[in-house]
Amino acid sequence: MRGKRRVAIAGAAALAAAIAAPGPARAADPVGDVDRGAEIWQECSACHQIGAEATDWVGPHLNGLFGRRAAAHDGYAYSDGLARMGADGLVWSFETLDAYIENPLAFASDTRMAYPGLEDPQKRADLLAFLRTYSASPQDIPEAPRTANPTVPGLDPEILAIEGDAEYGAYLSSECTTCHQADGSAQGIPSITQWPEDAFVIAMHAYKRKLRPHPVMQMIAGRLNDEEIAALAAYFATLE
Amino acid sequence: MPLNRRHFIGASAAVSASLAAPRVLGQGRPRVVVIGGGSGGATAARYIAKDSDGAIDVTLIEPQRTYYTCYFSNLYIGGFQDYDDLGHSYARLASDYGINVVHDTAVGVDRDAKTVTIASGETFPYDKLVLSPGIDFVDGAVPGWSLADQDAMPHAYKGGTQAALLKAQIEAMPEGGLYAMVAPPNPYRCPPGPYERISMVAHLLTQANPTAKILIVDPKENFSKQALFEEGWQKHYSGMISRIGPDFGGDIVEVNPAEMTVSIDGVVETVDACNVIPAQKAGHIAEIAGVTDGRWAPVEPTAMRSTMDENVHVLGDASQQGDMPKSGFSANSQAKVAAMAIRGELTGSRVFPAKYSNTCWSLIAADDGVKVGANYEPTDEKIASTGSFISQTGEDAALRKQTYEESLGWYAGITADMFG
Repeated sequence: MRGKRRVAIAGAAALAAAIAAPGPARAADPVGDVDRGAEIWQECSACHQIGAEATDWVGPHLNGLFGRRAAAHDGYAYSDGLARMGADGLVWSFETLDAYIENPLAFASDTRMAYPGLEDPQKRADLLAFLRTYSASPQDIPEAPRTANPTVPGLDPEILAIEGDAEYGAYLSSECTTCHQADGSAQGIPSITQWPEDAFVIAMHAYKRKLRPHPVMQMIAGRLNDEEIAALAAYFATLE
Repeated sequence: MPLNRRHFIGASAAVSASLAAPRVLGQGRPRVVVIGGGSGGATAARYIAKDSDGAIDVTLIEPQRTYYTCYFSNLYIGGFQDYDDLGHSYARLASDYGINVVHDTAVGVDRDAKTVTIASGETFPYDKLVLSPGIDFVDGAVPGWSLADQDAMPHAYKGGTQAALLKAQIEAMPEGGLYAMVAPPNPYRCPPGPYERISMVAHLLTQANPTAKILIVDPKENFSKQALFEEGWQKHYSGMISRIGPDFGGDIVEVNPAEMTVSIDGVVETVDACNVIPAQKAGHIAEIAGVTDGRWAPVEPTAMRSTMDENVHVLGDASQQGDMPKSGFSANSQAKVAAMAIRGELTGSRVFPAKYSNTCWSLIAADDGVKVGANYEPTDEKIASTGSFISQTGEDAALRKQTYEESLGWYAGITADMFG
């Protein structure tokens, strides 16, 4: 176990305490650097968008995050655990976000955020400093270019336009659910439910072309044809 | 997406639709009996019940009330998993999916009458039978050892108490003592399993008894993930593990459980703990059902149907299908193909081309995980591999840690896929 002052804040009591008591000035905390945070953000941007045109994508958009009630942002399907924590009063602050990013699964065991955590307090501070610049208040989001979506070079728009056969996808999905849980919880293996269909198709083609680096996924995607990928995207997009 | 009660109340329409389907024979809901509640059987039962929305009557016959996975039992021996976390209940298969879970042992199969008899004497008629009985051990495979000796020299190669027994015996070894494993000949359940076990025993001993030694007596020239294991053993457990292959008599072995000795090509070693993993065959009920040829039950590759009876599917370790290794992942994959084919025949639901896959993760030391996998498709002769990968030697620590964490995710995933 790391000798951290804020190890997994897991219980509602601990959270309530964290919410009720903003705590003393955090003199010992590292000062975050927005530019370094922007570099770390590149990893987050595989699933999250931020900035002027940001929309919910694989993960929720992160504009106005600071001060937002956890899982309270309409239109995004949060995990039951995060939704429960939001209902219990969790508000995203530097302190709570810091604990969440340090070890997402320890914080919310069924989170759909398949991110292993950021151990270095300085890097967390950098990332949070970056996120904070999009959060001064909902009216004060800087005009920033839309975060680049990861796309597959040369992916034919016709492939994205294929309408997936969700019933075929349901059968094909059984190959996925040996590892990826059908209820969307993520423990060491990412959640693949409720992705926007485009994001799903792009990701699978990136594996198929070995642009994304995971050997199991390269193998699984490698033998799926365009229709099969579309079928899976259609099925998983709606799986509750 | 478990069925809930509302689905059941609403299922009568689906039932009458299924009765109108052309392939359904007989009266009432078509019946599937599944023998064996492991990775193949539990998955098949759950998928047939779930995807038929109550249109098929599913009975699962499994003697154990709690299923202990054989996979991850090595991690328990190494101290990375709690014993209780390896146990899984069948309760949701009954409550959420409407499966008739019968905790008894299947003792007879009458393929002409299409019935299964259980030890208590009751019989269950079926339209389709799924056999997923796992493995049994070949009598006399290791001279001197029989199942009656499993307390003195555990096999620990079926899930449950045997792993706890073996772990206790390792922990009770005297300082500097000797642990021996008699490894099995091919084909057997979980090809990397014995060598992951060696890794986990070494991890346990390195902490509790660092001068102890490990001896592997192996009838095989080579084994799964060999380069990865040997690299890891050198790195983490240098000097602790030796292996005697067939060149030096690893295939000429005899044990004496009363004396706690192992004889290798006539040279007698006294051991303090001994894990005997004998040669394997299909679970006995497959033989009783008359669908075995030699030690295993041959199946056709498109849907795991017995080559001897089109109304019987054999899944997992017991089947002889071609290139897929005998693993829980394989059984789970095969079960979903078979479930789709069975539903298609019984209710007229859509049938898609079979796709099979497998990945096996192994833990070598703390945060040092490796994996091997392949995907498969049916050909005219067998289930054939269409692509594969394996972890590489010399991978960095971050990747190995991620691979280990991925294996935890897989365990959570497959057990949810089996038990709902």
